[in-house]
Parts: sequence; C-alpha cells; structure tokens
Amino acid sequence: MKYVDEFRARDLAEKLAVQIAAEAKPDRTYHLMEFCGGHTHAIFRYGVQDLMPENVKFVHGPGCPVCVLPVRRLDDAVELAEKHGVILCSYGDMMRVPGTKQRSLIKAKADGADIRMIYSTQDALKIARENPDRQVVFFAIGFETTTPPTAVAIKQAEAEGLENFSVFCNHVLTPSAIGHILDSPEVRDLGTVKIDGFLGPSHVSSVIGSEPYEFFAEEFAKPVVIAGFEPLDVMQSVLMLIRQVNEGRAEVENEYTRVVTREGNLKAQALVSEVFELRQSFEWRGLGEVPYSALRIRDAYAAFDAEKRFTVTEKQSREVKSCECPAILRGVKKPTDCKLFGTVCTPDNPMGSCMVSSEGACAAYWTYGRFREPAKQKAEAIA
Amino acid sequence: MNMVDKNVSYRSGNVDMTHGGGGRAMADLIRDLFHRHLRNPILDQGNDAALIEVPEGRLVMSTDGHVISPLFFPGGDIGSLAVHGTLNDVAMTGARPLYLTAGFILEEGFPLADLERIVMSMAQAANDAGVPVITGDTKVVEKGKGDGVFITTTGLGVVPDGVRVSADRAKPGQAILLSGTIGDHGVAILSKRENLEFETEILSDSAALHGLVAEMVAAVPDIAVLRDPTRGGLAATLNEIARAANVGMMLDEAAIPLKPDVSAACELLGLDPLYVANEGKLVCLCEEADADKLLAVMKAHPHGGNAAIIGHVTDDAANLIQMKTGFGGTRVVDWLAGEQLPRIC
Repeated sequence: MKYVDEFRARDLAEKLAVQIAAEAKPDRTYHLMEFCGGHTHAIFRYGVQDLMPENVKFVHGPGCPVCVLPVRRLDDAVELAEKHGVILCSYGDMMRVPGTKQRSLIKAKADGADIRMIYSTQDALKIARENPDRQVVFFAIGFETTTPPTAVAIKQAEAEGLENFSVFCNHVLTPSAIGHILDSPEVRDLGTVKIDGFLGPSHVSSVIGSEPYEFFAEEFAKPVVIAGFEPLDVMQSVLMLIRQVNEGRAEVENEYTRVVTREGNLKAQALVSEVFELRQSFEWRGLGEVPYSALRIRDAYAAFDAEKRFTVTEKQSREVKSCECPAILRGVKKPTDCKLFGTVCTPDNPMGSCMVSSEGACAAYWTYGRFREPAKQKAEAIA
Repeated sequence: MNMVDKNVSYRSGNVDMTHGGGGRAMADLIRDLFHRHLRNPILDQGNDAALIEVPEGRLVMSTDGHVISPLFFPGGDIGSLAVHGTLNDVAMTGARPLYLTAGFILEEGFPLADLERIVMSMAQAANDAGVPVITGDTKVVEKGKGDGVFITTTGLGVVPDGVRVSADRAKPGQAILLSGTIGDHGVAILSKRENLEFETEILSDSAALHGLVAEMVAAVPDIAVLRDPTRGGLAATLNEIARAANVGMMLDEAAIPLKPDVSAACELLGLDPLYVANEGKLVCLCEEADADKLLAVMKAHPHGGNAAIIGHVTDDAANLIQMKTGFGGTRVVDWLAGEQLPRIC
C-alpha cells in the first residue's frame, strides 16, 4: 500500500536498528516515554522492542483517550442513557470500558439503554436529524485530534437549529498532561520514574503544532521528538532522541515533518477556541485533578452542552480495587506489575480502562507481548 | 379454476403471514418459488422428508445458520452464502458433500422479488457445487421479529477412506498452508454497512471449497487439519487449532496473502486483517514433507491460486500464535476480545 508500506519497510528497520545499537552508549540506559497510545500500539504490533538494544526502554505514557477518562464521567454517560432516556452516541473504543461496578456502555445497552456506536460526529448529527422527538447526546472524548470534529458538529447543529442535539464534552489537552507528569514527585524528586526523553504525539501535533512542547524541553531539560505512528517513524525518532541525550541537548525536534509543522493547523485551532474554553481543572484517571487540562463548551454554545441541559446526580464512582491503571498511566508501573493483569483482567473481561482500548498499555501487553514476560522473568530470576 | 393462482409471479408484492399459514398461499410459494428454482429429482418427490440412499463410508453432517446483514453484498448474498458456508463446514472434514437442506425464516413484509433473487442465487450456488438442496422448510414471523430472511442449511457428506482430518492432529513441525488472501469477505460486508459505506472494488470471497479439498486429500490423504477461517478470521481459527491440539504456531506475516485494497480498508478502519472474516478460504496443516506438493495442488486450483505456506506448528504449552512481523519483530496473534472496534485517533 503506497504511503504506508514505505514506513514499515524491513530493510530500513534493520539499518536503523544497527544505527541505534551503534549510537546507544552501553554504559547507560535510555528511558523514552511514548506519550501516545498510538505509539504503544505500533511498538507492540510491529515488534519494535525486538529491534532495540537492551538499554533502550519504552515507558508507556497516558496518551490513550479512553484510558484517562475518569470513571465518574463514564458513570455520568451511563446515567444520561439510562435515566434521562437520551440516545447516547459514542465512539467504539469507549463501549467496553468498565465504570463503577463494571458497568460499561455495552452492558447498559444490553439492558435496554439506547446507546449507538458511531464512527464520526456526522453520524451523531444524522441520528439527531432522524429522531427529532428524542434527545441525542454525543459522548465526546479524546485529545486535540478529536476536538475539531466535535466543534464542527456543534456549529453545524447550531446552523441547522438541531435543538435535540448536545455534546457531553470530555476533551482533554496533551501539553497539560505532559507537564503534570514531568512535575510529578515520581519524576522530579523521587526519581522512581526515569524519563530521558519523549516521543511526542503525532496526530495531536498535526493540530496543535510542535511549538507547545518547547516549554517542556526547556523547563524540564527533556528532549522531545514529534514522532509519526508508523514503526519506522518510531525507530527514527528513537535514534533522534538518543542523539539528543548523547549530545546533552534538550530540544523539540520534528520527525513527522510530512504532517506536523511548528504552528500546527491554525484553522482547526481557531475553530476549537471559538467553541471551547479551558476548564479550570479536570480529573484524569491516573493523574488526578490536572489544572487547565480540559475543555468545556463556551457559553455562546451552551444550548448544545449536555452538562447544562441535563442534571446528573452526584455519585460515588469507584474503580476496581487493586486495578493499577492509574500507576500504569503515570509510567510508575508496568502492566505486568498489576496483580489483576492476565488473571481476572483480560481483554475479554477488562477491569480497568488500559485493558480495553487497543492503545491501552495493558491491552497491548496482553495482545501482542504476552510471550515476552515469562522469558524476561526467567532471565531476571537467573540474574 | 382460478388461473391467477397458478404460477404466481413473485416479481412484486411482499411476504405476508399467509405465506407461512399452511394454506394455498404457502403451497404456491413453495411450488412457484422454492421448488421451481431449486428443483432436483429428490426435492421433486414433494414429500415432507427427502428419501435418499445411504452412501457407503463415514457420514459427516454440519448445520449453519445465516443471518448476514446486508443480505446482498459485493460478491454474493445470503442465498449463495448459505450454500457455501455449510458446504465448507462439511468439506473441512475432508468430506465430499452430497446433499443440502434449507430452512427459511421470512419476516412479514419482506419483498418477494428479493426472496426470489436469494433463492435463485442459492440454486445457482448449489448447482455450481453439484450438491442439491433436497428438502426444506419455510416459516413466516411477524414484522419486527426477524431481519428480512434467516437461512439455516444443513449439509451431508461422505469422508473418503484413509482421510482423518481433525484439529487435534496438529503436531509441532507441521506446515501451515493458507489457500489465498485474507479479509476479503469482511471488508466487502463492512463497505456496505449503513453507517460505514465506503467505495471499494473488493468482492466477498464466498465460494464452495469442496472441489479444492477433494484435490488436496487425493494428493495428500494424510492432511492433519482443515479449517475455514470465517468469523474471527485467521487469528481465531489458528487459536482454536492451537488450543485443541495443545500446540503453538509461528507465522511469517510477509507470507500471508493480502490484497492491497483490503489492507487499505483495514488501515482506514483500524482493523487487523488477521481478525477479519473469510468465506472462501481454508487453512491446512500437514507434514512438512508434504507441504510443497500440497501447495502446488492448491495453486493449480481456481480457489487456491494465491495459496501460501504461512508458518509452522511449534511446541508451546501456552498455545500462543506468534508471528514474525514484516517489520522484523515478533508479536503474538491473540484471540479477538469482543468485536473488533474501530480506533478513534
């Protein structure tokens, strides 16, 4: 397939592997955090780790939109569908994420709630048009990549006078999450999470550009390389990060130049800021409350804000006890450190969000990497 | 005699409750639509049950319900699929299919012209396969209690002497052969789903494979395992075999045939072609020494032109299917959890 196979070519991968092995200094370890679930997925699906020397380690970041949504917001969505009788439209990833007491959208649907899996915001608008007597709520989640289409949908609903359409907005912001991780005691003071550099978001950066990361590179002295989601992008970016670390540089570099510019997509940015504004604070699964890390719908578009249209009850939302998703999302633990991993928690019966999405670290470990762990544990036991 | 009742036209009108009521409307429908298109000497006996001679050897029987949506898709429809699906299940024992039966559940209001189109397609598929539909049944359910048409078919066949095909015969060292490209059927269906329509030239691979199987077992009677990777795709089928025989497998991603269009559609939808359904492909496990001979036989058959050796069976108590990726790494090809859902970013 043109424009795809080129970025998955084995001969180039082998050449890059040789270069990485040659340039990675044997007397140190390189801990590289890939922020995005898309990178986690690519690393496991293509077996990128196999092509890395022992001392280059990936730390999986929180960039999986489904994974970081706090249970309370999911419980609210279930309540909208069950108690307020709305047609709840959700992206497919979200359907199987367990809420309080393992209640997921897919279970609520089976019990009679009208929940529809959609592929784009346009599908939600279509459903609203076809059901003028019903309230239709779009369950909006995701980072900066999925925000512009939500903005378009809200503007379109306004233009059409689609009064039965509203958005339950859960859009979050990548730079705030990265800042929060870098500022966390585990990284800053305790040193329990070692991060020598970041593989920066690819699709997110196509919207916001590479500029927002310049602050981290400077303030925290960590190199950032904006990396595409194809496996060769990941490898090339790893090489670029290793070079920065070796040379003592901490800059924002852009490997994904075929898509990302420094300033990003200005049109999309203008659209987003027209419809949305910053929330003072928003809860992230794993990270807790993160200031100015999410968006809400501006007052000018309040008529399409599901949080204003419906009143959801206060509830005692709770994650499964001993689920380590929060620590895994912060990079503090690996999926295999979790007692539930592979025993009670599997993709067929997920206990936490990281086991659901194909971009979640637990799901990626389980689906693509299970075989590595026994071998590794054996090696460690011998050592 | 009312001449209008004779050879009723089914070019217009809809299925109504009288078509399942046991009266004249039902008898007419059976005569003028089902019997007319599916006719063969056994069906023409016109009795409640088909009378057949019991053939020599070991009989195999398989039944399969078909509930596909949409009913008509690029490369086939529920009628041809109901024939191919069951013939393939029978053929995966190494058997030669002899007879089919068909049970129809029709929803009130379903266009008769569509029903005729489906029955004609079924007749064509059965005819091409050389396997007659020898008895059947029709029921009508009220509107809203079905999805147009459901078809259940049963197939009966005979296994040649000396052939012993079974999943638990998979052994470490055996070669894994695949008869052609994967994912064609699933992508053709997805391309017509209501909220997902996209332009593609991909046709379903829906086909009867017993002709291919007959040539394979004639060349290598000792074939260990045959399976058609339908729902859950190649990944589910290989995991089933690995579990049944308590073995593992090592695949070579670069060897697995995949059409560029299917690859592109999967890329777009965030699907992994290994998990996408097929309706005209088979997986075969045989001794390493027989692999090249079998591959040549498959490649010479119209349904095996793109056949390939895609890996081998390993000794693995964890029953993992591993795969050397085209990129040079290794990954696990696990069971599919739930349905494959599209990714959002």
